[in-house]
Formats: sequence, structure tokens, C-alpha cells
Amino acid sequence: MEPITLSGQLIQYAVTGITVGSIYALVAIGFDITYNVTEIINFAQGEFVMLGGLFMVFFATVLHLPLAMAFLLTITVVMMIGLLMERFAIFPAKNASVLTMIILTIAASILLKGAAMYGWGKDPFVLPPFTDREPFVFMGAAIFPQSIWVLGTTLVVVFLLTMFFKHTKFGKAMIASSDNRDAAQLMGIDVKTMVMVSFGLSAAIGAVAGMVITPVSMMEYDRGALLGLKGFGAAVLGGLGHFYGAVVAGFIVGLVESFCAGLLSSGYKDAAALMVLLLVLFVKPSGLFGSKEIMRMKDF
Amino acid sequence: MTAAEKQDMAVLMALGVGILLFPVLTTSFSAIHHYLDIMVFVGIFSLVNIGLSLLMGYAGQVSLGQAAFFGLGAYVSGVLTAGFGWSPWAALLAGMVLTGLVALAVGVPSLKLKGHYLAMATLGFGVIVFVVFNEEVSLTGGPSGLADIPGISLGGWQIDTTVKYYYFVWAIVLAVLLVSLNIIHSRVGRALRSIHGSEKAANAMGVPTSLYKTRIFVLSAVYASLAGSLYTHYMTFLSPGSFDLFWSIKFLMMVVIGGMGSIWGAMLGTCVLSYLSNEWLHIFQDFDILVYGLILLVVIMFLPKGLVSVFRRR
Repeated sequence: MEPITLSGQLIQYAVTGITVGSIYALVAIGFDITYNVTEIINFAQGEFVMLGGLFMVFFATVLHLPLAMAFLLTITVVMMIGLLMERFAIFPAKNASVLTMIILTIAASILLKGAAMYGWGKDPFVLPPFTDREPFVFMGAAIFPQSIWVLGTTLVVVFLLTMFFKHTKFGKAMIASSDNRDAAQLMGIDVKTMVMVSFGLSAAIGAVAGMVITPVSMMEYDRGALLGLKGFGAAVLGGLGHFYGAVVAGFIVGLVESFCAGLLSSGYKDAAALMVLLLVLFVKPSGLFGSKEIMRMKDF
Repeated sequence: MTAAEKQDMAVLMALGVGILLFPVLTTSFSAIHHYLDIMVFVGIFSLVNIGLSLLMGYAGQVSLGQAAFFGLGAYVSGVLTAGFGWSPWAALLAGMVLTGLVALAVGVPSLKLKGHYLAMATLGFGVIVFVVFNEEVSLTGGPSGLADIPGISLGGWQIDTTVKYYYFVWAIVLAVLLVSLNIIHSRVGRALRSIHGSEKAANAMGVPTSLYKTRIFVLSAVYASLAGSLYTHYMTFLSPGSFDLFWSIKFLMMVVIGGMGSIWGAMLGTCVLSYLSNEWLHIFQDFDILVYGLILLVVIMFLPKGLVSVFRRR
């Protein structure tokens, strides 16, 4: 084993930061999608990550399904949960106030968390890494192959989503529904379907995040809220609604957290990540990449 | 006095009489003997929720960090009395002042935010405070808790039994209710309701909305701090678990389920949810969280004005 050098140590923190940061980026993108189409912030977004991880554990280690199949099944199941949530909680409340919507999605998140506790119990679950277990050494830092999976998956998801929203008719229709609901409706776009799809899609992305991170950090029923909160921090920092902004901001939040854990105090790492959230909200709520004009138009 | 004021005063009187007589009921029936103990907690949580109701129901602002203010009061009282030998009353006041200042520091930038952003900011603040309770082990005892906190006494009279503490807490609750009802029926109360209706319109009418929002936010934090101090001296033991994110959500649930927009709703919700979690949901054990989620969902969907609206004709 090589001696641990300071630069190696710093690179190690950076790798850890980018790995967890990828997850925050995915959660942030989930927020962005529902927000873009509905202007609702779904407080249950973090629960989708938790459910993704736990369903993957169930399909892959309990039912011993092949990895790819377990992956697809998990996405399907969690997406269904997202769709059901929209149908039974969000849709009936159509014209509710922001306050009511917040409480509704909080209620949904409590229900999902409770259901997960019922299904899986309170203990954390492990999931074997997708490929190699052994870390490789890179510039003095030990890197687990799963970290590459996490980062790679995030980048692929961002790329696919950008393609979807920019170059497919369906994606463009979703953007149109968010820009102007009534105008989109008049153009023959089925806005109701778009809203439902946005919930399904953001649930699916949450599930992907949960599946790739569980081999790194395990998963238990009550992890959703904090993941959601930090992901929201990334979403705001990146400018609500911006995918690439979300990725950069996710990395920033992850890096702040891992460097705080490494250099200052591991107990305060959650607080450090949330300080970023508070600072952005207090100083520049439009985020790094968001525009002030749009912020003023949207109703918070 | 307006009709609404008269009605509120009548309810307050009725509540006072009920509070006075309730111990007679619990001591005569051994099956509900422990209800008095639950009522102490109902009183303590009511203080938090009266503040939250003023903030949410009247001023229309969400706070998901109320457990942090509750915890600040509790820990200032606990640490100063158990660790530094302060008198409980001095510690209680110190807690209220400190929490008020913290609320001011958080509130001024937060209340510029609206809706979702405010909810997330207070949620994030709550988690940060929770982390501090856990990490400052030398001061708070960390996750293993803070023990040996003394009880509280009133002019040399030790409040050491459940019955005494019950009357002590509820006397404070009634006083706080009286103050809060006065606020609601004053100029300030009308200004707050105008903010709930439309902040822009309120501003245009000359209501200094941000000033009022900040004031009511600080007031709700001070109420929560007072509740925290009372909680500390009743429990004589503190651990961070009582002040986590779920507690903030629980306070919110109590107010929403009882009925936003009415202090009585907050009181009713506190009572119902406290009895649910301490008494009637034991068969569900840990799974009471599922029941909570379901109740919250059903209430917000079918009874948006809360349980209290059942009692209101009109």
C-alpha cells in the first residue's frame, strides 16, 4: 500500500464529493422537471431516491434477478408510484394554494417513508457494486469503480433528458405546458397528461439515483428527507429549472460536504451542505444560472 | 367588543373551566389516570402551535423549522440549569431572548422568500440546529442526552407533581392565548390577515408587510422557546431526537389537521394528535407514521379548513 499523501487525500475528498454530488444533481433534476411543468416543488422527491435503492435491493439481492432486469423493474415500479401520487394526491387538488400543495406533498412523503418502513424495516440495506469491488489507485486516491458508475449514470441521464426536452415532440410539449398552460392547451397539448408524465419522469430519475448510490452508501427508509433537502439546495443553486446548472450545483454541494467532513468535522457535513442552501436562498435565490426576470414572474 | 371577540372570550372561559375540572375527572377514573400527563404535553405543544397558527393561518407563512426553536428553548434551559447552575426562570428568559434573536437573524432574510423557498429555508435551518444539538457534545451531551435537569419552582413552591405541573403549564397556555387573541383582534391581526389574502394588496394599502411577517415569526419562535423550557423542566432529560425534522412536521400537522386560520383549530389539532400518538395508536407502534400521513392527506383533501370547521356552522 502506498503512503497516504496530502494531495492524495484531497483528491479522495474530491472524488467522494463528486460521487455524492452526482446524486444531489439527479435529485435536483427531479425537482426541476416537476417544477418546470407544474411549478410545484415536490417535497417527496427524496423519497423516490430511497425507494429506488430499496426496490433495487429487493429485486437484485432477494429475488436474485440479473442486474439490468432489476434496474428496469425498479424504474418501472418507482415511476408507477410517482404516477399514482400525481393521480391521487396532486391531481384532485388542482387549484390549491402553494401552502396546500406543500402540505400535500409532505403528506405523500410521510406516507412513502412509512410504507418503506413497513416493507423493509429500519435497518440499512447493502447492495453489491454493479461491477468490480476492488478500488483502483488514481493520483494517490483509492477510487471505487461504483463511483464511476454514479458519475457516468448522472451524465447519461442529463444528456438523455436534454435530448428529450429539446428534440422530441413530447418533450417540447412538456416545456410548452410549463411556459404557458392555457396556450399549450389551446394548441392541442394534453396538459394533464404532461403533468402526470412529469411526476413519473422525476420519480424514475430519483429511482436511478437511489440505485446507483446504494452500493456506495447503503440505503434505509428515512434517508429521503435529507437527500431531498440537499438536492433542493442544488436545484436552487443551479437556478431552478436548469439541468446543467443542477449538475454543477450538485457537484458544489457534494464537494462542500465531503471537504467539510474530511477537513473540519464529519458530524457537521450535513449542516455544511444545508448552509449552502440557506446562503443561496438568502443571497441569490435565482441561483447561479437562473435569471432574475423569470424568478419575478413565477409565483412562489 | 365585536361578536368574534365575544365568541373567542367565551371559548377561552369554557376552556379555562374545563382545564380546572379535568383533573377531577382523571382522578375519579383510574383508566384515564395518565390522561393528565398527556394533557401536560398537550399544553406544552399548544404553545408551539399557537405561534405556528399565527404564522401560518393568519400571516400565511410556512415554517418547517419550529422544532428547532422548541429545541433551542429546551437546550438553553437544560444547559444553563444543569450545567451552569442558573435558576430555571433566568434560563427560561435567556432561552426566549436567544431564540428570539436567532429567529430574527433567520427571519429577516427568510421572509423575503415566499411559499416553497421559505418552507425549504426553515426546513434547512431546522436540520442545521438539530446537527448542532448532536455534535456539541461537551455542551448538550450529544446523542446520549442531557440528564439531571432540575425541576422548576414558583416563589419557593416546588412544582413537582403531575397535577401541579398541569395547572402550571395550562395557566401559561391560557395567558398566551389571551395575548394571542388580543393580537388577532387588533390592528396587527387584521394586517396579518391582509398579508395572507394578498401581500401585494396589503402593501399597496400601506401595511408594512415584511415588518409584520418578521415580528410574527419571532413571536412564534419565542412561544416555541417557552414551550421548550417548560418541556425541559417537566422531562428533566433531553435528547436531540425530540427536536428533529419529523417534529417540525408533526407541529405543522397538528395545526393543519386542527385547522389553519384559527387558534382553536391549532389547540384541537394538538389535543387530537397528542392523544393519537400517546394513547390510541399504540397498536401501530412505529407505523403510526403511516397513519399520520394518511390523516394529513385526508384532512387536506376533504377538510381543508381542518377538524375545527366541523364545529362551525356557516
